Amino acid sequence: MIALIAFYLFAVVTIASAVLVIFSRNPVHSVLWLILAFFNAAGLMLIAGAEFIALLLVIVYVGAVAVLFLFVVMMLDIDFAELRSGFTKNLPFGIIIALVLLAEVIFAVSAWRAGPSLSGAAPQEKVQPNIVELGQVLYSRFLYPFEIAGLILLVAMIGAIVLTHRKRGDLRTPKVDRQVRRRPDEAVKLSQPGVGEGMQI
Amino acid sequence: MITLGHYLTVAAILFVLGVLGIFINRRNVILILMAIELILLAVNINLVAFSAFLGDIVGQIMAMFVLTVAAAEAAIGLAILVIFFRRRGSIAVDDVNRMHG
Repeated sequence: MIALIAFYLFAVVTIASAVLVIFSRNPVHSVLWLILAFFNAAGLMLIAGAEFIALLLVIVYVGAVAVLFLFVVMMLDIDFAELRSGFTKNLPFGIIIALVLLAEVIFAVSAWRAGPSLSGAAPQEKVQPNIVELGQVLYSRFLYPFEIAGLILLVAMIGAIVLTHRKRGDLRTPKVDRQVRRRPDEAVKLSQPGVGEGMQI
Repeated sequence: MITLGHYLTVAAILFVLGVLGIFINRRNVILILMAIELILLAVNINLVAFSAFLGDIVGQIMAMFVLTVAAAEAAIGLAILVIFFRRRGSIAVDDVNRMHG
C-alpha cells in the first residue's frame, strides 16, 4: 500500500515537472524542473527494485548532465523571448502530433494485453543485491559492450574539448617541438675571428 | 499493487511529453535537447520496469548503456551549441540551414 502511494507520488511529480520543462518561460527553470523529473524517475526505479540504475540516474543526470545544461544556459547570452516567437503557432500542431502518438501507444498497449500477459506479475524476488547481480552480468556477458560504452564516453569527451577549445593568438608560450628538435650543430656556431674583427656594427 | 501497466503508462506519458516539447519549442535548441533527455528517460523507465517484472537483469544493463549514450549526446550537443552561438550570436535553429557545408 505504501509502495503504491509512493509510486503515484513519484509518477505525478515526474509528469508534472516534465510538463513544466517544456512549457516554462525561462530555460533555467526548465533545467531545474528537469532535475526534479530525474529525481522522481529515480524514485520510480527504486520502487521497481533497480537501486543501482536509480542512483546512477541521480549521479549522472543530476550531477553531470543537468549541471552542464545549467552552465550552458547561464553562460550564453541568449534572447529567449525571441526564441519563443513560434510557440503559439506551433502549439496546436504539436498537440495534434502528441495526441496521435499517445493514441498509438494506447493501441499498442491494448494489443499487448491480448498477448501473453504480465499484468498480474509482481516484481520478482531477489536472491542477491541488485548491484552484485548487475556486476556479474556486466563484467562477463556484456564486457565488450561495456568497453565500447567507455570508448563512446572518451570520444564524446575529446570531441567536446576539441569543439569548444579556443586557441588564443596573443600568448607567448614556448614552442616545445621546436625546442626539442634543436641539435647542437645548428644551435651553436664556433668561430675564431681575428683581432678587431670580432664584432660588426 | 503496482503493475507493469503503471510503469508503462508513466513512460508513455513522458515520451509523448518529450515529443511535444520538440514540436512546440522548434526554435530553441536547448529545450529540444532537454526534450530528448525526457524521451530517453521514458525509454529507461520502460527498460527498468520490464527488467524488474520479467526478473531479467539485462534490461537494466541496457538502461545503463542508454544512460551512457544520453550523457555523450548531451555533451556533444551542448558543445556544438556553444560553438554555433559563438559564430552566429544566436541559437535559433531556423538559421542553421545557412551553414552550407
